[in-house]
Amino acid sequence: MEVVISIAIGVMASAGVWLVLRPRTFQVLIGLTLLSYAVNLFIFSVGSLAIGREPIVRVGVAADLVNYSDPLPQSLVLTAIVIGFATTALFLVVLLALRGLSGGDHVDGQEERP
Amino acid sequence: MTAAMNHLLVAPVLLPLATAALMLLLGEGRRHLKAVANVLSTALGLAIAVSLLVGVAQREAPAAFGVYLPGNWPVPFGIVLVADRLSALMAVLTGCVGLASLLYALARWQHAGVYFHVLFQLQLMGLYGAFLTADLFNLFVFFEVLLAASYGLLLHGGGGERVRAGLHYIAINLVASLLFLIGVAVLYGVTGTLNMADIAQKLPAVPASDRGLLHAGAAILAIAFLAKAGLWPLNFWLPPAYAAASAPAAAVFAILTKVGVYAVLRLWTLCFPAGAGASAGFGGDVLVWGGLTTLAFGSIGMLASQQLARLAGYSVIASSGTLIAAIGFDAPALGGGALFYLASSTLAGCALFLLVELLERVRQVEVGPPQLDDGNDALPAFLDAEPPAGTNLDDNEEALIGRAIPAALAFLGVAFTVCALVTAGLPPLSGFVAKLAMLSALLEQRTPAAWTLFGLLIVSGLFGTIALMRVGMRHFWTAQDRPAPRLRVIETLPIAGLLAASMALVLQADAGLAYSRAAADSLHAPRLYIDAVMGARPVARSSGAAP
Repeated sequence: MEVVISIAIGVMASAGVWLVLRPRTFQVLIGLTLLSYAVNLFIFSVGSLAIGREPIVRVGVAADLVNYSDPLPQSLVLTAIVIGFATTALFLVVLLALRGLSGGDHVDGQEERP
Repeated sequence: MTAAMNHLLVAPVLLPLATAALMLLLGEGRRHLKAVANVLSTALGLAIAVSLLVGVAQREAPAAFGVYLPGNWPVPFGIVLVADRLSALMAVLTGCVGLASLLYALARWQHAGVYFHVLFQLQLMGLYGAFLTADLFNLFVFFEVLLAASYGLLLHGGGGERVRAGLHYIAINLVASLLFLIGVAVLYGVTGTLNMADIAQKLPAVPASDRGLLHAGAAILAIAFLAKAGLWPLNFWLPPAYAAASAPAAAVFAILTKVGVYAVLRLWTLCFPAGAGASAGFGGDVLVWGGLTTLAFGSIGMLASQQLARLAGYSVIASSGTLIAAIGFDAPALGGGALFYLASSTLAGCALFLLVELLERVRQVEVGPPQLDDGNDALPAFLDAEPPAGTNLDDNEEALIGRAIPAALAFLGVAFTVCALVTAGLPPLSGFVAKLAMLSALLEQRTPAAWTLFGLLIVSGLFGTIALMRVGMRHFWTAQDRPAPRLRVIETLPIAGLLAASMALVLQADAGLAYSRAAADSLHAPRLYIDAVMGARPVARSSGAAP
């Protein structure tokens, strides 16, 4: 499972980096979104991957990481998702504003000179 | 600290949050009410910050920490707020910069957007929170709060230039935030905690096999902070963004780069002191040489700028470079001078960004249509120098048709000169005191890097003087027969206040340097900070209270 998760993170991060470096605003937006997915998965995987373990303590089962999954990275991911979503939405608004003001979708507001 | 004093620690975060929420409820109208509420809240925030500073400064060094547990959870698990000398100093600077920018914005800029006051309060909340928190993930949250508000403030006023600069600014900061998250996650994976003091405590015990991972995480985190602090080569976004922002927003941004510097200073001195075993002083050389390059880049940028706004942006970069290089030496004496420099350069940078717009207005007056009452060559009348009370907040008054202050040009000239002296670090003002403190501390270092910083500090002062003098000559001396620009009292007040604060730093230089030296000493003895945080106990529930 570790291999699958790491390949997924790697593919998304590399695609995200490539897209962020593109000159079109929409590509940058998608790149930022992919990067934030990769980062969220990464934070999630920090709490050691496990199947079928709960994060909430039950009566009679000793509260350690052998019996439970670490709840903290899950709550961190939740916060990171909310914040990332909000700021990406803001980026989308600015993207549309720039498109309206410049009439193009280049990140600098004008096409490069050939 | 007393109990009431302790509860005061959370007030700088709660007060702007509550004010912003109330202002949102007021809807889009009621500008007078919002402006009054904003001024009151900001002034109160400054007063609280000053009382924190006084409270911390009165205590002897080992106990000079206020620790507050907002959720009343035991220490390594819940969020902790800590005020030490450094945090209190940064909070006071935030309050000063905030109040000055807000007063300036009351003249014109508050009318340019509906949610200016709300965004402004949230910006202050993020700043106060980032300076007071002692939890790494909480620091991330406050960073995002202040960044989200700064996106809004940067775009305040609209226009193609702002939107273009804003797009770049948001993209860079989103990527930096993602790096921040990766760094936090790696540090959590290695140490199993997010409390800064707990991380520092556990670092020496990290096994050698995990040390590479730990260093990678710390380096990624540092990249996120240094990108915000404007370290070369992560700072190409800064001059265009700050030049495009409206004057009050840019003035607030003068302290945003200091947030990155603060985070590096706090975490680096806490986690990698000389006693941290295999990780002692990790990355110190990068900080020193990165800071030196940034200082050189900023100085050359100042010399090369044609616009005053960009020059101000490069001066922010130069001051960031000075601070980061000084931090990297890990010497308390140098750190004390650097913290004094931090206070002085933040105040001067804020005043400079406010002055930029007024000076540009002088040039606009030059090319604008001739004034109707300008037929004779008489000096402007000095009779109605005192505007009736209350004119400053007048909502219906058109922009740029303020009451002309006689001798407005004289005020601008004096203010600009003072600002230039502080920025360039010339005697007799606070910039000089700060640079002198750093230079004398550098003489004891005797390493090639120290001599380089010694030389660069002097050369950067020369470059800054040349650049600012050139701007001054262009704005004040070259043009004759120029009508006096129209300024409002409310616009000149914050600039005068900031420069007066800078003057006060000189007059009280002894106390100021003693304070910053004590702050640096306590930063370089991280054991005190760790003990203060880890020793905090939740408030016991009284037995009569309901469960």
